[in-house]
Parts: sequence; structure tokens; C-alpha cells
Amino acid sequence: MKKTSRRDFLKLAGATGAGLLACGAGNALANEGLQVNNDELGMLYDATKCVGCKACMSACKRVNSDYGSLSYEKAKFDEDGLWDAPSDLSGSTRTLIKLFKESEKRWSYVKYSCMHCQKPSCVSVCPVSAMTKEKVSGIVDYNKNTCIGCRYCQIACPYNIPKFQWEKAVPQIVKCDLCKATNLREKGITACAETCPAGAIKFGKRKDLLEEAHQRLKDAPDKYVAHVYGEHEGGGTNHLYLASMPFNKLGLPEIKPEAPAEFSEKIQHTIYKGFIAPVALYSTLCFIAVKNMKKHQGHDDDHQKGGK
Amino acid sequence: MGHSEEYKKLEGKIFTKSFFILLSVVLLGFYFVGVRYVKGIGAVSNMSDGYPWGIWITYDVATGTAIACGGYAVAILVYIRNRMQYHPMIRSAILTSMFGYGLAGFSVMVDLGRPWNAYNFFIPSKWQANSAMFEVALCVMAYSTVLILEFLPAILTSIEKSKWDRMNAIRNWLHPKIAPDKKTMEDKLEMVRLGAAWLNPRLNKVLIFFIVLGITLPTMHQSSLGSLLLIASTKLHPLWHTGFLPLLFLLNCVFIGYSIAILESIISSYSFKRPFEIEELSGLAGLIPFVTVIWLTVVIGDLAHRNQISAALKGDFYSGWFMTEFLLVACGSLILFVKKARKSARWLFISASMIVLGGALYRFNVYLIGFNPGQGWKYFPSFAEVMITVGIVALEILGYKVFVALFPVLPNMDLHGAHKKKGHAKKHKGSEADKTLPAGEAHAH
Ligand code: SF4
Ligand code: SF4
Ligand code: SF4
Repeated sequence: MKKTSRRDFLKLAGATGAGLLACGAGNALANEGLQVNNDELGMLYDATKCVGCKACMSACKRVNSDYGSLSYEKAKFDEDGLWDAPSDLSGSTRTLIKLFKESEKRWSYVKYSCMHCQKPSCVSVCPVSAMTKEKVSGIVDYNKNTCIGCRYCQIACPYNIPKFQWEKAVPQIVKCDLCKATNLREKGITACAETCPAGAIKFGKRKDLLEEAHQRLKDAPDKYVAHVYGEHEGGGTNHLYLASMPFNKLGLPEIKPEAPAEFSEKIQHTIYKGFIAPVALYSTLCFIAVKNMKKHQGHDDDHQKGGK
Repeated sequence: MGHSEEYKKLEGKIFTKSFFILLSVVLLGFYFVGVRYVKGIGAVSNMSDGYPWGIWITYDVATGTAIACGGYAVAILVYIRNRMQYHPMIRSAILTSMFGYGLAGFSVMVDLGRPWNAYNFFIPSKWQANSAMFEVALCVMAYSTVLILEFLPAILTSIEKSKWDRMNAIRNWLHPKIAPDKKTMEDKLEMVRLGAAWLNPRLNKVLIFFIVLGITLPTMHQSSLGSLLLIASTKLHPLWHTGFLPLLFLLNCVFIGYSIAILESIISSYSFKRPFEIEELSGLAGLIPFVTVIWLTVVIGDLAHRNQISAALKGDFYSGWFMTEFLLVACGSLILFVKKARKSARWLFISASMIVLGGALYRFNVYLIGFNPGQGWKYFPSFAEVMITVGIVALEILGYKVFVALFPVLPNMDLHGAHKKKGHAKKHKGSEADKTLPAGEAHAH
């Protein structure tokens, strides 16, 4: 009885059965491909046109401050409170212009905000559906009235976009929602795109934006890096970028064409498909456990032979 | 009711010196919890938008529930592998699990930014079945309930037998004006006692189905704890990001569970000055290598498959942590292959500690150390953050000490000793058999 027999060992393996299903999942990751919907709304940001005036930033705050609970941010040097000087996206800032200097002569502006992914990781992981993707418009929206503040969306987003209000007793997640409840509803265009004086932000349907981006690449191939950032990254995003410098230098991560959410959901679904595996596991275990107990109760002698 | 003699209350005082030391640690932790609710999470923790999960999630939830898997691991052993001789260990293992999961649940409530919205977990229209966290949350809640049900027989038994000494003592201590009337109190207590006597045998009859549920649920949520990080494909270092995360987490919690059951028994035997349960422990210890060897094989096989072996041996920061985790588990298991080591409380303690440490480090690596959100982000827990965790752990130990004194949890050594003298063959015969029967099969006498 002290030695572990092969049969006993198999029983142990049976108990870890549901987990073994994950093995299969690990191999069954053939890419089915994601349906890209080019009719969704998005924006095209052209870094070569951006003049760094930050008008989009202040427009975003002005328009969305009440609705999105945004506030103006003091910088460390700013004792008199004369500046709105956020240093990064934060619980008070949905969009930000940064300047990347490669050398004294070569630099580029870049705008940060939610990429409005085709297959958003944040939506995939949110346990209570506080992050949602609108069917028609493709806007990735946040609802603070259901959010539990678990911050899983922050872990999941490959662009580090959702921000949390760490300093508040009643905090929420902050991220761009394409002005869904404010400027977009009132004027049919996002506040940042409407305000930009240099025409660096173009608002529209994804397919038009893509067409426009490729046209610009064709017209001035010397000016740009030959890549539309967001066309394929992470399954595609509705916020697209053109720039004259490699995108990873601008702080935009290199991301494979497969959406991270595809990978994780496939495994999760393999394990829990139709709840078959857990139910099967439970019934099998019940069968074994009840049988084992019966054996103990009635047939002591049998048990002693069988147990060895 | 013969089976209840299998367990015994711990004799001795509750309010010892260590009780008050633990209590002060708990109070300090709770002070910081108070600060967190008034001033926000940022005021007490070093978490940031780059590292939104700190040690509360990494230790209290991801690692703490694995450490609390003793109940799960021993239940598999007893009911599925049919090793009823380990049955005496199950109550203390379940009690530890109960506190471990309670700790996880409590710290989730501290960690959640908007806990008042947590009711959304119970609204089907809000369910998001794609989310691994949704699965973890539901399973953990269900499992905590099951754990309480599994522990209930111990409480019911002691209510049945209670003479209400403590209650009466409290009543006598209270000022006569506010103290309840003696007669009515006695009547009410008698009703509680009768209720317990009525419920206990009925619960015992269906208990096995809850016990099996208590094996299924951890199988699900422990693997899903691994699934949580599947999505972070750009942030988690390739040494740890793999499609096998769910399987690795599941195996990991099983070997941690057995090791913890060993540690817990050795520590409580030592500190409560009871004899070591060497027979049971060495049997348990013989199982661990089977699980760790599968785990280690999957880890290596997967790294080889993804061409990451060189990254593991590179000698940089990440490979250092990886090697530490790997060697702790491997060496700890190696010790257990030696039969003599399995018979020595000291070696059992050393190897089980190494395996728990290595297994826990694996979870830290996945959740924190191997997690890199990009340039410029750093995380190291703040003092307050650590104190909150330490406070909750202290509360857990405190609760354990109180519970083993109030309820029959620890194995009854008199009975046990008798078993050993009479030898194994007689163990399942006659009236003794009743005592080793699982609680679920004891008949209502
Ligand atoms: S960029 Fe991040 S926050 Fe925005 S939709 Fe994609 S995953 Fe969600
Ligand atoms: S923090 Fe809120 S929005 Fe983000 S995943 Fe958690 S519940 Fe969803
Ligand atoms: S679309 Fe609206 S919310 Fe988003 S960055 Fe622009 S102004 Fe801000």
C-alpha cells in the first residue's frame, strides 16, 4: 500500500484531467484569422503633419472633463498652477502629444490615445463587461457604473492605454472613447480631430482612412516609413498612424498581427467549451469517490486486495 | 458518532503571548487598509499604470490560493486515490484552505478599485465568459462556500457536545443589567444544539458531493489563474509566456498543496508539542516527485519547443529568477527520492520548504518578475502594501490557532498511536473501521 502503483498514478492524472486539456489547446492554435470590419470609425494621425501645438489635448479635456472625470494636471515644476502639463496618459488625460528626439535635427511628434482595436484585449478580459466594443461604430467604450476596478484591462492592453485614478478614493479607469457621449454625438466628429489646426488628425471610416494613408505613402515615399501602423498590429486597430521615424522609436510597440485576445480566448474556450470538460470532470470524480467509499464501507477484504 | 473521535480539540489557552503579537500585526495592517479606503490605493501602494497588479494579487491571490491548496491536494489523495489512511489530515488541511481563500477574498476587496460594483458578478447580462478572471472569481467564491460546508461537520459536532461553558462565562462576566436572562439563554442554546444534532448526520450523507465539488473547482480556477496572463503576450517574458500556463499552474498548485500539508503538519506538531505524523507524511512525500517531474518536463519541453532554452541559460536577470525557481523545485524533489529522507522530519521539512518556495516563486515570476510593461516602469511593494499582506496572513494564523482550540480539527493522536501498534491489517476492521471512514459515510446513529 505504501508503493504508488501505476493505477493509482493514473487516477491522479485523471484528477488533473481538465488541465491536460490545456495541452491540446497549446498545440491547437492554428490561426483562423479575424474578421476585420473596415466600416468602423477611427482616426488617422500623421506625425509628419503634427506641429505639436497640443490643441487636441486641451480640446479633449475641455469636451470630456465632466463626462470622463478628467482634470488639469500640474507638473512638478509648476508651483503656481499655470500649466496643464501631464507627463503621460493618466487618470486625468485621455490623449497626449509627445516629442521624440533622435538627434538635435531629427525628431517627431506622436499622439497617444486608445487604439480602438478590432479585437480589443481590454474587452476580452473585463470580467463584468465594463469595457465594450460597439457593434456598428467599433468604439471601445468604458462604463464606470459596472467597472469593479480590477485593472485587468491595464494588464491586457498591449499599448498600456487604460489608466487608473490611483490617488482617488472613488477611482475609475480613464481612456479615449472617441468622444462617443460628447463631441461625436453633438457634432459627428471627435474633438481632437475637429480642433487640429494642421490637419494631422483625420476622422472617418477605417476603410477611407486606410485608402488615404496608402495614397499618402505612394505620393511621398521619401517622407514616410513605408508602413501604416495599426493596419495589422494586434489584429488591426481603428486608430492608424503614419510617421517619418520607425514606430518603435515613437513608443509604439511592435506587435504581431495576431490579436493577443485571439490566443488567450482560444485556449480558454478549448478548456471550457460548452462546460463539457468541467462537468465531465465532476461526474468522473464523483463516480470514483463514491465507489471508493463504498469499497471501504462494505468489502473490507476486497478493499485490502484491490488497494495494493 | 464514532467517527468524530478521529479528531480532537487542542488543549490549552487561546490568549497566549503569540496571540497578542499576531493581533498587533493584524491591527497595523488594518490601519493601512483604512488609509487605502480614505485616500485611494495610490496612497498606500507603489502600484502604477504599468504595474496595475502588485503583491496583493501576486501573493495574496495567485500564490496564497496555491498555498491554500492543501485541502484540495489531500482531498484528491483521500477520496480519489482512495488512501483513507490520510483522512485524519483532512480537517486541518481544509481549515488552512478556508483561511487561505478567505485571505484571497479579503485582499481582493482591498485591491479592487470599485468594490461596490462587485455585485455585477451575479448579474448574468454582465457575464463575460471570455474573461479568465470571471472564471476565477466565480470558482473561488463557489469553492469558499464549499470549504465552509466541508468544515461544517467539525463545528456542528462541537456544538452538539458543547456545554456552553464559554457562553456562560461571558454571560456571568457581563453586567447583570445587560446580561440575557439565564433561563431564556439556556433554552435558546439548547435549540441551537438540537438543530446542529439534526443537521449533522444529514449533511454527512451528501458531504461527498461537496467534497468532489471541492476537487473540481480548484482544478478549474487554479488553471485559470495561469490563463489570466495568457493575454499579456507582449509584456510577459517568453520564459514564462506559453500556452501551457494553465496546465503549469494546475500542476504547480498540486505539488505546493502536498508540500504545504507536510509543512503544516510538521509545524503544528512542533509548536503544539504533539508527536510528528511521520508515517502519513512520508507517504505524502512519496507522491510529490510524480507531480513535480511532470511539471519540470512540461517546462523544459515547452521551452525547447519554443527555442527558449538559451534564454533560460543566458545568465541575465530573467534567467536568474527562472533558474532559481526551477532548481528549488527540482532539488527539493530530488531529496524526496531518497527513502531515508522521507522518514526524517528534518529532511521532509527542508525539501517541502524548497518546493513551496520554488513553486511560489514560479507564480511571482509569472505575475511580477517576468512582467515587463515597457520602458520606465518599475515596481517594488511599499511598506504599507507589505504590511497589509502581512496583517492578513497574521489574521489567518490567528484564526487557525483559535479554530483548532475551539473545534476538533487536529488528528487524535491517541487513536492514531493505537493504529500503529496494532498494525495495518487491523486498521479497517471492527469498530476501528468506523473511525477511519470518511465523514460522508458515517451513518446517522
Ligand atoms: S488600445 Fe488598449 S484600451 Fe484601447 S481598445 Fe486596444 S486594448 Fe483596449
Ligand atoms: S478595471 Fe474595470 S474596465 Fe478594467 S477590466 Fe476591471 S472591471 Fe473591466
Ligand atoms: S477622440 Fe475624443 S476622447 Fe479620444 S482623444 Fe480625441 S478628443 Fe479625446
